[in-house]
Amino acid sequence: MLALGYNAALVATGAGLLGVAAGVTGSFLFLRKRALVSDAMSHATLPGLALAFMVMTVLGGDGRALPGLLAGSALSAWLGVLTVSWLSRRTRLGEDAAIGAVLSVFFGLGIVGLTVIQSLNTGRQAGLETFLLGSTAGMLFSDALTIALGGALTLALAWLLRRPMLMVAFDPDYATATGRDVARIDLAMLALALAVTVVGLKIVGLILIVALLIIPPVAARFWSDRADRVVLLSGIIGGGAGVTGALLSGMAPDLPTGPIIVLIAFGLFAVGFFFSPGRGVLAAVLRHRRFQRRVHMRQGLLAIAQGQPVYERLTLRLLRRAGLIRADAVATDAGRAVAAKALLDEHRWQILRADPRFETAAALYDGLRPLDTVLTPDQLTEIDRNLRPEAAT
Amino acid sequence: MTGVEFVPLSLPPLLIGAFAALACAIPGNFLLLRRQALIGDAISHVVLPGIVMGFLLTGVVSTWPMMLGAAAAAIVAVVLIETIRRLGRIEPGAAMGVVFTTLFAAGVLLLEQSDTSSVHLDVEHALYGNLESLIWLDATGWKSLLDVEALAALPPELFRMVAVFVAIALLTGLFWRPLTIATFDEGFARTLGLPVTALSLGLVIAAAIAAVAAFDAVGSIIVIAMFICPPAAARLMTNRLGHQLGWSAAFAVLSAVLGYVLAGYGPLWLGFENAVSAAGMIATVSGVILVLAAMFGPCRHRVGAAQAD
Repeated sequence: MLALGYNAALVATGAGLLGVAAGVTGSFLFLRKRALVSDAMSHATLPGLALAFMVMTVLGGDGRALPGLLAGSALSAWLGVLTVSWLSRRTRLGEDAAIGAVLSVFFGLGIVGLTVIQSLNTGRQAGLETFLLGSTAGMLFSDALTIALGGALTLALAWLLRRPMLMVAFDPDYATATGRDVARIDLAMLALALAVTVVGLKIVGLILIVALLIIPPVAARFWSDRADRVVLLSGIIGGGAGVTGALLSGMAPDLPTGPIIVLIAFGLFAVGFFFSPGRGVLAAVLRHRRFQRRVHMRQGLLAIAQGQPVYERLTLRLLRRAGLIRADAVATDAGRAVAAKALLDEHRWQILRADPRFETAAALYDGLRPLDTVLTPDQLTEIDRNLRPEAAT
Repeated sequence: MTGVEFVPLSLPPLLIGAFAALACAIPGNFLLLRRQALIGDAISHVVLPGIVMGFLLTGVVSTWPMMLGAAAAAIVAVVLIETIRRLGRIEPGAAMGVVFTTLFAAGVLLLEQSDTSSVHLDVEHALYGNLESLIWLDATGWKSLLDVEALAALPPELFRMVAVFVAIALLTGLFWRPLTIATFDEGFARTLGLPVTALSLGLVIAAAIAAVAAFDAVGSIIVIAMFICPPAAARLMTNRLGHQLGWSAAFAVLSAVLGYVLAGYGPLWLGFENAVSAAGMIATVSGVILVLAAMFGPCRHRVGAAQAD
């Protein structure tokens, strides 16, 4: 990291802090199922950026001063957020329509602003286009410091507000019932996301900053069902993507920073999507295969016990591999014993399901579960008393 | 303003803008009612990697490979969103957010990495389009509209946009009943035996085609705005789907025309020299219309909702 020079290290630190803040903040929005509000917010920064530039230029200052631009963008993004909530609360339009409307209209207005700046600013490029896709080239020390401080501050605020925000994200009705002001907590959540958006404009750009708020929480969700761990993990994933992306783009200067960070975050998402043990695709496939085998095995054993021939290929292969049948599909001694046990189990289940006293146990019937994992030996004896003699043999 | 100036310079962009707005607003009505309004947003983001891939594979900046690439990217995105939503059990909004940002990032990266400096292909162009440059040089005045030779030199975007609009209008008319039923009551449509899944996919594909064709001419920002704003404003004006479609078409054309005129002549009236972005202005006007509808539209309130005023 140090070999890359002071500036690259600074940018990487800023991007890392920003990533952590975005991951943490984004996970509250994600759990609240409002991830895309941040999309409206980030696009709504553009008119503010343009306006702040014009105002600062007219007042005789440097139009590109970062704090001024960020203040302007925060203002218009907040206006965008308020418009989204006004449209979705006061009219019959859904939140998705409100998001789309705000996103496109504010962005369009911003573009009008950019063209106005182009025509005012004869000769000198405003350079506001870099805010669309982000750029770390030519970043000043003060810019990097602003970003790092902003990221750290946002993170601290998110940490302070984590409990009310989690409660609102999971159960707004309960939060209301316990006397919390849900609307205000929602606004606080959005304000944090807004802080991340504004701070990230310079590095990631306003079109892609929303990715940092959405992808890390979604990726983290694969690995845990506990909210606090999802938040933590999402922060780690966001931070990791931020640091790696900034370093990579520092090493290869033609690679734009924002897209790299987003693609790394997506890579981490893909890892979770395929390989996470609980919700991953691979785990789901394996679970399905295991279940399929159990069904085939059970059906095969029942067929053997009742003297019916088995034709199904997978069933035959499974039985043969377990040593329960010979190559010519005739059951071995071990096979007959296991099959008889399976049949007995099935008969016991039938009795149990007909008996209202065992109603709760009967709900567990899935055609696979051995009954002795459900009932005590005493209860089994009770069931066996009802077995007809031909079934008991 | 005389015909000599207006016909070659302003008429083609006006018409292209209006037809692009119409082609997006019609499917937008159904997407809005199905709560899929943001599909338009997602599609217009993934168009960028699509055209870049189309360019990289063929090596030329021509319309067809890029449009095909964009359409392919839109379909890939829709499939990916569904896959992530179902297999990963992620809520649709977040799944959409993951897919379109990633594809857009990939598009930007591809664009920066490939040698596109010699050709006119950049992110800004993809975002705002270039409506103002679609001029008709062969026109000399109003009578050129009757001159077959001059008409052949109209910008090709105009013909494409008209064709897409006509196709979408015809399809909407043809599938009006099933589409309406499936939009309002999917369960009922299923019991009637209507192919609900195919209808829903068809709608998204029609939206993608409209988005890609319009994007080529006017940039993606108008596409998103026109998918959502005119239908949303129309939704606040009426309770009948047919009327809503009419209102949205009127709003779409109004935004396109008013936006273009304001962008082209507004600054001149105010004493500035240069025009501003027509794409941005059209989106802005559509937003103003939506705000007006949200404040004064006769059907703006949710049925049964508490009303403060």
